[in-house]
Amino acid sequence: MKTGKRRERIDRGIKVRSDGLYALSSWREIAYLLAPRTLLIGGFLLAPLLLLLFPYWQKVLLIVCIYALLAMAFDFLANYVGLVCLGGSFFVGVGGYGAALLNKYCGLAPFLSIPLAALLGAAFCTLLLLPCLPLRGVYFAIITLMYPLMATRIIEAFELFGGTNGMMDVAGFANPWIEQYFLVTATLLLLFGLRRLAVEDLGLVIKGIKDNDQSVRASGINITFIKAQAIFYAAFLGCFAGAYLAHVYMWAGLSMFALDFSIIPIAATVVGGGGSLMGAVLGAVLLVPLSEALRAFGPLRIVVYSLILTVVIVIKGEGLLNYLARKYSQFERWVEI
Amino acid sequence: MALLTVHGLGKKFGGITALNNIDFTIDEGEIMGIIGPNGSGKTTLINCITGFIRASAGKIVFEGRDIRGLAPHRIVNLGICRTFQIMRPYASLPAYKNLIIPLYSPRARKTGGWRGGGRHGDRNIIALDLLEEVGFERESKVPYKLAGTLPTGYLKRLELARCLALNPRLLICDEVFSGLSMSEIASMVPLIEKLNRSGVTIIMIEHRLKELFRVAKRVMAISYGDKIVEGTPEEVMANEKVKEAYLGA
Repeated sequence: MKTGKRRERIDRGIKVRSDGLYALSSWREIAYLLAPRTLLIGGFLLAPLLLLLFPYWQKVLLIVCIYALLAMAFDFLANYVGLVCLGGSFFVGVGGYGAALLNKYCGLAPFLSIPLAALLGAAFCTLLLLPCLPLRGVYFAIITLMYPLMATRIIEAFELFGGTNGMMDVAGFANPWIEQYFLVTATLLLLFGLRRLAVEDLGLVIKGIKDNDQSVRASGINITFIKAQAIFYAAFLGCFAGAYLAHVYMWAGLSMFALDFSIIPIAATVVGGGGSLMGAVLGAVLLVPLSEALRAFGPLRIVVYSLILTVVIVIKGEGLLNYLARKYSQFERWVEI
Repeated sequence: MALLTVHGLGKKFGGITALNNIDFTIDEGEIMGIIGPNGSGKTTLINCITGFIRASAGKIVFEGRDIRGLAPHRIVNLGICRTFQIMRPYASLPAYKNLIIPLYSPRARKTGGWRGGGRHGDRNIIALDLLEEVGFERESKVPYKLAGTLPTGYLKRLELARCLALNPRLLICDEVFSGLSMSEIASMVPLIEKLNRSGVTIIMIEHRLKELFRVAKRVMAISYGDKIVEGTPEEVMANEKVKEAYLGA
């Protein structure tokens, strides 16, 4: 056994200085604070330009954003509200069909139909999940897993909305630039919006429910109502992603309820690190291109993908972002006991 | 004037009778104590009054309105607040952020005015004020520490502060003195008295009888879900049934 030594973590000087007002007194501190945000925002905004020569990877970027939105929704529900939601694909499906319906029957252009489908779809999902809100933990997870399966079977059995063929001829975007930047800016806005919400008073109440729901009830707050609001925000992200997909594929169909939309966001959250929303985005940014790059392995792709996931989870279980954030703000040293 | 009247309250868990036909009245501005051996139904009584458990029988009338069967958050918004015997802080939030949650409730917003942190108030500042009121040193780091890292004494105070944030009419304290040192209790007693002077009616469940009798003018004793006796502390302590309940026959 090693004795006499212990690893100690200490905040970096620059971290401490930039916590206070001093941050504004030097460029170095300001840069320290702004660097991670600038990297994220700049990276997302420049990516469509940088990928100009690789149209295939431009499409991958869109999928990254879609999964980032879904991973944010999962992370928000799991680590802020305390509800493990396996129904990400239900949100996508509802949003997708909603946008297709609004576009085909009401003649709305994508710019109207996507936000509207996200709003109405989120309201619809919240309404359907309302009876499950008193449930917790694995029970809530199982019920939410059922919803997309039920939706698929119902659409199949009653031949709703084109049955198994889905709804064709949904309007696409006029131009690929609009298509790209619409989603990229929306993702960034929703990410920072949700992060802001989490530190507002409502966000604290939501966190309180995760910590101790009885205490929130004893504080005179209707927890079902607050949980419903939280579900609404998460469903909004998912439905937005689904509505956007419907306009990109120019089609809405049963595969929007596919399990991928539920599971990959969870993997992204775990790999990226939960509890900060940024980790979920980082996870999506890493996992989706990785899964594309592994196409060379053909049928073994899933095997390699799973192996990488397993290794990452075993070695860095806390999540990559949490690890990087620690390295960014703290240093370690060995000290004598 | 009676603020709260409990009439024929009963609660059964399956075949076990936890509360049987409890009657009592508490007047506005009073401090009333409830005592009884372990498992006698004191906390069940509180849970029934505050709506955390649905009573099986009887009436609970608060300010002329029957509140039996209302959801807990509705009862709180009428002005009945409780502390928990086992403290329930929000461990991942700093102590003062713990109070943002009650300040967010409809009651705090309605009754608090700017102090309730409504449109013109800053909830953070009100929270720090409230913590100072219950004995957190304002200039120290304590109010900013994560609630999960605080010792019992502070957590009990935090529970009390959570109730104060709600501007209670009736405050129900479930064993606020338990687990505290003598000096901590000594500083809690004036706090309770001060609250009472400011017009809050208080029900205290307590095992620390000496401290309870300092503040409570009227005490009710229950045992096995039955009310044994009610009266001044001296009367209750002199009662044979109470001695029997505590010490055995």
